[in-house]
Amino acid sequence: MSNITPQEIKKEFLKSRMGIAGITILTILILTSIITIIIIPVETFQEWNNPESWITYPKTAIPVWVNLFLTEKIPEHKILVEPNIETTFNDEINLTSYQFNLNFNYDQFPKDFIYSYLLEYSGSPLLQMSVIRPDGVKLELVSTSLPHSNLKIIHNDRVFSTDAMIKKELVLQEEEFQFEIDRLSVEDIIFSKTESNNTLKGNYVFLIDFYEINEESKIIDSKLIIGGKAFGIMGTDELRRDLAIGLLWGTPLALFIGLVVSIGSVIMGLVYGIYAGFKGKKTDETMMRFNDILYALPALPFLIILSVTISNSIFVMTGFLMIFGWVGIAKVARSMSLQIKTRGYVEAATIMGQKDSKMILKHILPQLLPYAFASIAISVPAAITTEAGLSFLGLGDPSFPTWGQILHDANTFGAAARGFWWWIVPPGIMIAITGLAFVFIGNALDSIINPKLKR
Amino acid sequence: MKKYIATRAATMFGVLLITLLITILLVGSNMDIILKQGIVFQVRSEIIENPAISESFSSVKEFEAFIQDQTDQKIKHLGLDEPWYSPQRIGFTMYKIVLLDFGQATFLTSDSGSSDVKDIIFEKLPKTILLFTSATIIISIIGIFVGALSASKVGSTIDRITSSFAIISSSFPVWWIGMLMIFLFAFTYQIFPARATPDIPASSPEYLGALLYHMALPLITIVMIGFGSWAYLVRNFMVGIMQEDFIIAKKTIGINQSKITYTHALKNAAPPIITILALSLSGSLGGAIITEAVFDWPGMGRLYFEAITVMDLPVIIGATYILTVFFLVSVFIADLLYGYFDPRIRSSAGE
Repeated sequence: MSNITPQEIKKEFLKSRMGIAGITILTILILTSIITIIIIPVETFQEWNNPESWITYPKTAIPVWVNLFLTEKIPEHKILVEPNIETTFNDEINLTSYQFNLNFNYDQFPKDFIYSYLLEYSGSPLLQMSVIRPDGVKLELVSTSLPHSNLKIIHNDRVFSTDAMIKKELVLQEEEFQFEIDRLSVEDIIFSKTESNNTLKGNYVFLIDFYEINEESKIIDSKLIIGGKAFGIMGTDELRRDLAIGLLWGTPLALFIGLVVSIGSVIMGLVYGIYAGFKGKKTDETMMRFNDILYALPALPFLIILSVTISNSIFVMTGFLMIFGWVGIAKVARSMSLQIKTRGYVEAATIMGQKDSKMILKHILPQLLPYAFASIAISVPAAITTEAGLSFLGLGDPSFPTWGQILHDANTFGAAARGFWWWIVPPGIMIAITGLAFVFIGNALDSIINPKLKR
Repeated sequence: MKKYIATRAATMFGVLLITLLITILLVGSNMDIILKQGIVFQVRSEIIENPAISESFSSVKEFEAFIQDQTDQKIKHLGLDEPWYSPQRIGFTMYKIVLLDFGQATFLTSDSGSSDVKDIIFEKLPKTILLFTSATIIISIIGIFVGALSASKVGSTIDRITSSFAIISSSFPVWWIGMLMIFLFAFTYQIFPARATPDIPASSPEYLGALLYHMALPLITIVMIGFGSWAYLVRNFMVGIMQEDFIIAKKTIGINQSKITYTHALKNAAPPIITILALSLSGSLGGAIITEAVFDWPGMGRLYFEAITVMDLPVIIGATYILTVFFLVSVFIADLLYGYFDPRIRSSAGE
């Protein structure tokens, strides 16, 4: 601690490479948070723990970019939502045809496929599903009529690749293939070359036709899901959740927890420490003994007890983290204010009869500000890792997708044993990067305030 | 000096009592409910064991009334009729705990089957000492040497590598590195076992070897993440001392650089280093709740976590008490050692 002006600190800080690196990372994180909050729908955040909303996603899919490094490409999970629609009238028959184009360039067969639709109709339309393969072969998959209805109804249904009728249809077209198809699963047949059971790459067209007589039907929603083993930039977890979304939401949450806890504890510590040091004598003694008691409490066990007995809401937890965060800062702030108090100008001000509050605000607090900023930056990583640790133990707020929560889920589902590295590595790296940004800033500030360390 | 020790000891004891009080206050209300449930269960099982009593009732109402009566009697006998926050009860509980009588665990048992909280804790403590205390010792030794080395060559490549390693490693959570290590060295390359608990019985002669083998992965992880910040800390203390006049004087006389670093400078950096060593040794006794959970190490940390998940209150209170005692004792010892190494503190305290 010395008398450096804010301008000097700023100048020195901009000279330090570490400080610049920290500020850069922090800016990127803040931008990520803002983009996340604006662009990603809030529903994904609220529905994080609702398995219903993730049903169309694949289970534990590897990130897509892994394919770049593989010679044998893993099939991507694809959700096709915008079909080409063609409507033709032929006498009394009304044909609506939906076309899904799929570019399939992988060396493994897809896991399955699901066609899900929401149709408004009356009468008894006929549903036909077929696929035109890159080699020109057209395979009939489904031919079924929807339940009869006199009134207009909305029908919601799914066609699964595991349906027995698809297999039956395919067995009827056995002559297209030069090998035995009886024992193969549907997707292994559809996506296979005709001469041998290997994947046929190229453009597939899935055709879904609805035939009606004198009636008109309207598709409200229709999508074809080709079940793959790779999905998104970050893959998915056991509960089919898109990890990229979880990781993105984790950023504003981590910054919120880290900054609120550290700013809160630094302010509490400063006020407490300065007051104790300034008042001195009995007040100082009592306040410091109270400080000692809090200091002697084992923090993590107490945090666990508090989260179990009182509440594990994320907002209450930040409060608990603050309780244990300010103690050390108060100690330093006290000894610093003790030193400043003995300086000539402070003593002079005392003799002149300045009010206590004015003395603290005008003479002592400004001297401590550089230290305060450094401690805010330095205590952020601890707050983030502690929260992540509590969440990892399953004591965090389950309704928020924090990084610790994702790691907790990974551990519960045995991600390490099952080799799901994309579930373990990114959350930890995010925690570390966020921590690193603040450590860099803190260290840069610290070496400006304590120049002795730099030499 | 004696007076100083006495006042310090008295303060520490006061802090200990207050910690204990806070723990009891936090979990007390739950404890009351659990104890009362236990009594009702006990009364019911006594009746079931004696068919003669249960046959003597003519109606269900009479049966319930009898149970109620028995329960009330027992509750009164144990002093549970007073609310849990009554001074007598809290005082009595605290008195018992100070004398290391933690009572019986509600759910957990030790490996040998005892449900005495003291047995459970003293069974887990050696395992924690084996892993975390040895890790702390290794960390401090490596840390002191690396730190001294980089302090003697400030600005060199070694110094910069040490400093950046310290900063980077301190922002990774140890338990996450643990998960990665398990993923890499237990599953991808099957070198070490994933679970740190040996699967052979403790009585067999190979047990110690198996335990050490199972310990390797957590030990490597803790040391790898820990020594960087130790080295950095030692370096910073040393850099301050290396700029003192007496060191510069020694340099000008022409005393060997490494001799200055490892004897004169290190000796002067000793007080803060020893304080931190004492604190981290005692901290290591608590194990690390999360690290032990990741590696499934059967020590204090996991005991604590298990106790909290099933709300086994006597174990929670007992473990918190023991850990706080260790913590305070080491703070006390660190204080004394500090005074011993730095006479300035002793004289000012003696005034």
